[in-house]
Formats: sequence, structure tokens, C-alpha cells
Amino acid sequence: MNASAIATIVPCWSCKGPVAARALFCSTCGAVQGPGSIDHFTRLGIQPTFDIDLEGLEKQYFGFQRRLHPDRFAAKSGKEKALSQAQATSLNEAYETLKDPLRRAAYLLNQLGHPVDLTACGTINDRELLMEQMEKREALADSTTAEQVAKLAMQAESEVIACQCHISAAINASNLEEAGHLTIRLKYLAKLAEEARAKKSRITRLP
Amino acid sequence: MLFQLHEPGETPLPHESDRGLAIGIDLGTTNSVVAVASDGQTEVLRDAEGKGLIPSVVYYGDDGSVVVGQDARRMILEEPDHVVSSIKRLMGRGAADLKTLAGTLPFKLDTAADGGMVRLSVAGRTLTPVEISADILRAVRIRAELAQGKTVDRAVVTVPAYFDDGARTATKDAARLAGLEVLRLVNEPTAAALAYGLDNAAEGLYAVYDLGGGTFDVSILKMEKGVFQVKATGGDAALGGDDIDHAIAERFLSERVKEHGTEIITEGEAKQALAAARVAKECLSGRQDGSWVIEVDGKPSHHTLSRAQLEDLATPWVSRTETICRNVIEDAGIGVSEIQGVVLVGGSTRMPLVRAKVKAIFGREPLADINPDEVVAVGAALQAEALTAGSDTLLLDVTPLSLGIETMGGIVEKVIPRNTPIPVAMAQEFTTYQDGQTAMSIHVAQGEREMVDQCRSLARFVLRGIPNMAAGAARIRVTFTVDADGLLTVSAREATTGTEQQVAVKPSYGLTEDEMAQMLRDSLVNAKDDMATRLFAETAVEARRSVLAVQAALKVDQDLLSADERQAIDNVISRVEETIASKDRDAVTASMEDLEAATKTFAERRMDRGIREALAGMTVDKLDNALGGDT
Ligand SMILES: Nc1ncnc2c1ncn2[C@@H]1O[C@H](COP(=O)(O)OP(=O)(O)OP(=O)(O)O)[C@@H](O)[C@H]1O
Ligand SMILES: [Mg+2]
Repeated sequence: MNASAIATIVPCWSCKGPVAARALFCSTCGAVQGPGSIDHFTRLGIQPTFDIDLEGLEKQYFGFQRRLHPDRFAAKSGKEKALSQAQATSLNEAYETLKDPLRRAAYLLNQLGHPVDLTACGTINDRELLMEQMEKREALADSTTAEQVAKLAMQAESEVIACQCHISAAINASNLEEAGHLTIRLKYLAKLAEEARAKKSRITRLP
Repeated sequence: MLFQLHEPGETPLPHESDRGLAIGIDLGTTNSVVAVASDGQTEVLRDAEGKGLIPSVVYYGDDGSVVVGQDARRMILEEPDHVVSSIKRLMGRGAADLKTLAGTLPFKLDTAADGGMVRLSVAGRTLTPVEISADILRAVRIRAELAQGKTVDRAVVTVPAYFDDGARTATKDAARLAGLEVLRLVNEPTAAALAYGLDNAAEGLYAVYDLGGGTFDVSILKMEKGVFQVKATGGDAALGGDDIDHAIAERFLSERVKEHGTEIITEGEAKQALAAARVAKECLSGRQDGSWVIEVDGKPSHHTLSRAQLEDLATPWVSRTETICRNVIEDAGIGVSEIQGVVLVGGSTRMPLVRAKVKAIFGREPLADINPDEVVAVGAALQAEALTAGSDTLLLDVTPLSLGIETMGGIVEKVIPRNTPIPVAMAQEFTTYQDGQTAMSIHVAQGEREMVDQCRSLARFVLRGIPNMAAGAARIRVTFTVDADGLLTVSAREATTGTEQQVAVKPSYGLTEDEMAQMLRDSLVNAKDDMATRLFAETAVEARRSVLAVQAALKVDQDLLSADERQAIDNVISRVEETIASKDRDAVTASMEDLEAATKTFAERRMDRGIREALAGMTVDKLDNALGGDT
């Protein structure tokens, strides 16, 4: 505990006095601090869980950006401008990662020590997934009427939501292996849903 | 919200008053507008006749005189080859880009210039678009100084959201040449949303449709309690009223050719036809038809045009805006019905055809009662005030175009996708493809297309000193950083050796540092003084910050010092303040070093105490003042 207490105290770059490593501003001189290497959940001040409240997330993000965005530091010294840019950049990265269910799941699993590789798919399980996706993709390609496409888009959408529920349940039950597979599945489902949505708006757009 | 509006270090600068005024400038293709804001009240600066629009037209006299605005515009017909208009269309462009714009440019290019930035021949001079834009900005600054009776040295300048990195850099350079420090480049639709949103306390999702003289932008924003968050943006940096003028002018010219039976069209005729086309187009926004006469060299020709005919000519352009709008709505990941209002910006939105199209796209009547000519400048002025005097509003913008790197086979690998919130930093790892490869050329491109030759080339540089390794063994990490102005910096680092290179992307078609320095020397702003003033201002800000920091520390921890020690520090502080007052930059730097030395022991004692208290479990809460403090 003592060692960690020491690790949490660093010198402020501006007044050189002690400041908590995680602090955004020095409590003595008020200078903005660097973003440090904290996880996205801590950065945005929310609980590390898959089931986040998106409105709450956005509120936290806006709240932090209000204080740290470079627009607040336009008349400050070069160093403060640079630190604020770094802070705002980190906030954007955290927010963009956490607001998207797929990226959030992958990030959370990585944090929990069970990284998922979203670029690869080689196991038997994934093969099944691939077959399933190929069939659905074909169905989408073959559908020509607005009704057919709308139906497929809706189906894809509800599968995305169901998959997210399963990910949540798996993570909460500490079944990370399962959560990992589901996350890869979510990637394909989300892609299909997006394509279906795009096709739907293309079709309905025609005069 | 529970957090304080101003953190200790966040209060407006105490020395703000000794700076000049900060203004907002809408640097338009056709018209520029300048506005100021004070305590949230905005004012568009007008000429004696009450006009806020300053035509973005520059007349270059044979005697070296430069005239900007209405008077320059009047000269178009008399001395067409001495007048430049629509120069914004060439900002950040290279000679190679001009093919796509060929025939739509009302000026003569200097073909002798090789590579690099486009140059124009005007009245025997060779000028870059940056210099011509600087002439407009200088006139704008002078108008503001006369109106306000104060020095103006800083500005928020707006740019089309869809402007690429080269055009943004060119705009910033132009402002610098005109003696203006750019506080921020703000996207035009975002500025318009800010002005509209604050004025109407708007909440929810809004679209801004901006069709001006030369550019088209559409942005979708979420507005909420002073936050303006851009969800997606799109546009075309070469689509506007000018294109419609050209379509009409072509028709007029072919009619004229028929009427007179001559084949050759003179430059004077072309410019006259363009001017008549524009008059006709604007007239037909309020009427169903009309007739116009073009008279050049005593030869009149007669032309009639109905609104229906105009709309036929304009439809291809207006339809392009529809496709772009639909894509942006899709990019924003929302349904059209979620959009609560459409803000119209730009003179071309006065065309009934455009209004009808907007209504069809968004399924609702666009918002009226906004001045489409002035709203962008008003937003820029509000932001200029926010940046200098402090504010609680927040603009969160995005990158309009994807940024990437050319890989094998000319394919562009995206590093930052479009519509990513800025500021942003993203990295991608690349490797060598030959054994023993010690250098790697990095080509940065911007755009949505897959192949590099269809994207815009931003910069090329070579990373050298890669250690001799087998193909595929080196790990080269290329980091793209986009700041709040939307400007890109690229750095590359070889992971095993740490070889690093950083380039502020000086666009392929931009000015080099040398050219910029030369232009600053040539411009009315005395370059040396300008640089010195700028550098001193930066050092002074830094010095004041140091003094305030030490004073804050003294307040909290003065018990750690004996009376003598305290006196010694106070003495150095006074010296720093004296050097700031003396305006001697080197003296300030020296006294700051003294301050650092004089407070070294004090800082060590403070750290010791902090760690001791942390060990005792005492101060962590006091110091950890920030996280989660805003719900
Ligand atoms: N009543 C009107 N009817 C049709 N077009 C009009 C009308 N009034 C102005 N315009 C057109 O609007 C254009 C100028 O608009 P605006 O001043 O908003 O452009 P800008 O801000 O200079 O250009 P940009 O924003 O593209 O850089 C011109 O093409 C002009 O002909
Ligand atoms: Mg405009």
C-alpha cells in the first residue's frame, strides 16, 4: 500500500510540488497535467463493465472535454496547450472505444486478460460462424424488394442486440472464453447489419 | 453539474487586456465577412452603406496599389486582367489539380512556375493564392481596426469543413501574412451552428447545409447545453454558385456567338458573361424570367432566361448536394427523421430550387430567419471571444476526410477514418519488404478512394536509419496527429532502434518555410518585428505562468521556508516581473532559469512532504481532485 501511495504522487511540471499522478489539474498551482496511462473507464470516470449507460458516458465525456479541450487553453503557454491536446486526444480515444459495443467488448476483454483478435478467425467455431454469415450475406444479396431488405435489416439488427446481451451475460459470469467468441461473432453481425442498413437506404432512396 | 466553471489555472488571462482585439472572419469564395463579439453580443462590421459583405475580389494596379472589395469588383469589367476573384478555389491546390477546374477559373495562371503551389499572373505580377488571400484578410483586419478603434492581431478564421490539410495550411499562412495570429480554424458549418444554437437555445440534432459561391458543406451536429458535437460532415470543396454561373455564362456566350456570327470569345466577353450570369441567377430567385444584355466593345447581345431554364442548368449541381447529404446522414448513423432542424447557410441557398431540394432531402421546411450571409462570421466571432475571454461552450469537431499512407501497389491504408473526433492521434505499424532495407519512403494521402492516385497527396518523406534486418522484421510505427485546427502532423519511429522523424505536414502544394519567410519580409507587416513580438509574447506567457505557479506553491507550503529563503525567492520573482516589463526576451529567459534554481530546494521539500503524507495515507484524496468530479 505504501509503495502504491508513493507511485501515485508525482511532481507537477509547473510548480514542481506533489500532485496525484491521476490528477487532471495540480491542486496547488492549477496547471493542467498530462493524460497519463490510465484505462479508458477510469479516464471517463465510469465503472469498468460492458453494460454502460451511453447517456451517462456521453455526459462524462462532455464534462471532461469542457475542462480539458484545447479551446480552453488557446491563450495559455505552449506547454499547457500541448498537454490539453494530449488530454483531449486521450478522452476522444476513450470515448470512441467505449461507446461502440464491439470495441468496448474487445477492450474490456483485453483489460480482463483475455485479448480477442478481431482481425483473425481460424478456429472451428469461427468456421461455423463464417458459414452462417455467408448464407445471410447471400440472402441479402439476393433480396431485391424494399420489404425483403427491410426485413433482413431488422433481423440483423435484433441479432446484434441479442449478441450484445449474450456478451454481457458471459462477461458478468466471468466466462471470458465464451465472451471472446461472441465478440468475434458480434463483429460479423454488426458488419452485416450495416450492409443491410446501407442497402435498405439505397433501395428506399430510389425514386 | 457540480464542477467549477473555472479551475484555478483556467480563469481568463489577467494580461488579456494588453493584447489586441480578436475577431471572427468568414473568408468566403465570393464574399468575406468580419464580426466581433463582446460578452456574447455580436456585431457584424459594416461599411458606410451598411453592407457587411466584402466581395473577396482584389484589384492589382499597375502602380502597385491593391484594392479589395466592392471597388475591386467594379474594376472586373474595366480591367479584367488586373482583378482576381474566387481565389479560395485555388487554396492549397497544385498545378496538377487544375485540370479538374479548367475552364471554371476566372484568372490567368502562371504556367512558367514549375511544381509546387499554383501561381497567378496579374498586372505583371506573379502571386500565389496565399498572398492574394492575405490581401483580402489584411483589408478585413483594417476594416475591423477602423471600426473598433483598436489594434486587431488575432482571429478565428473559418474554412469549409471539407477543406483538406493543404487548403487549411494555406489559409493559416495567409492570415499570418496579413498580420493575424489564427486562434483557431473553425469549420464554416460548425461556426454557423454555434451562432444559431446559442441564439436559439437549440437542443438536439441539427443539419447545417452550406452552399456558397465556391464550396458546399453539410454537417450534422448534436447540440446540448452549450456542447456542439459534430457527428458527421461532408461536402465538396469545388461545388457552389460559381459552377451555376459558369453553366449560365456558357449558354449566354453561345447565344452571343450566334447573334454576332463570331467564333472567338475574348477574356472580356467571358468575364462579362459570368457577371451577367450571376446577376441573372440572383434575379431569378425572386422572379420567373428576365432578359439581359451583354455589351463588350460596343457590341451588345441579348439574352433571356426563365427560372425553369435556370433550374435545368443548375440541377446537376444541386443534385450532387443531395447525394452528399444522404451519405452524411448515413455516416452520422441517424435517421433523417431524427433531425430537428436544418440551418441554411450561404448565398446560393436563396435559390428556390435549392430550398426545395433541401426540403425534399430532410423532409422538413428549413429554418428561416437566419441571415445566411453573416451567420458564419458571427459564429467565428463568438468562438474568438470564447478562446480569448473564456466560455463554457464547447465545439467538438471531426476530420472531414480519411488520412492514410500509401502501401504496396499504390493502395492507401487508412490510418484515421473520416468523421473521427479531433484532436486525435492514431498509429499504424508498417514493415520493410526487402532484406537489409534501411530507408522507407512514407507518402501521406487524404481522401476516401482506395488508390493513392485518386486521393490527395499531402506529403512525402523518407525515414532513414532503419537497422539492417531481414524483410518484415523492422517495426515502423507511423503516428498521425490531427490538432483542433484539423491540421496533421506525422511522425515515424522504428521500434527496435528508436529512429524517429517528425514532420509537420507541409503540404506538397504548400509554401516552403523559406517562401513563407520571404513573403513575410515582403508583406506590409515587418517580418522581423512580427517574429520578435510573437516570440516575446510566448516567452512572457510562459514566464507569467511560472511566477503564478511559484506563488501558488508559496501560499500552500511557505512553512517549508525560512524567512531568508522566502526573501530570496521573492527577489527572483520581482526580477522576472521586471524583465517581462522590459520586453527583453533573453532577459526573461535568464531570469526564469534563476527562478527555477532559486526554488529547487523548495520543490524538493514539497515533494518530500507530499510523499510522506501519502505514506501516512493523508493527501491522496486532496490531490486527486479531478476524476469523476463532473456528474
Ligand atoms: N438571391 C440569390 N439567388 C441565388 N444565388 C445567390 C443569391 N444571392 C447570392 N447568391 C449566390 O451566393 C453565392 C455567394 O454566397 P456566399 O457569400 O455565401 O459565398 P461565400 O461564403 O463567399 O463562398 P464559400 O462559402 O463557398 O466560400 C454566389 O454564387 C452568389 O451568386
Ligand atoms: Mg461561405
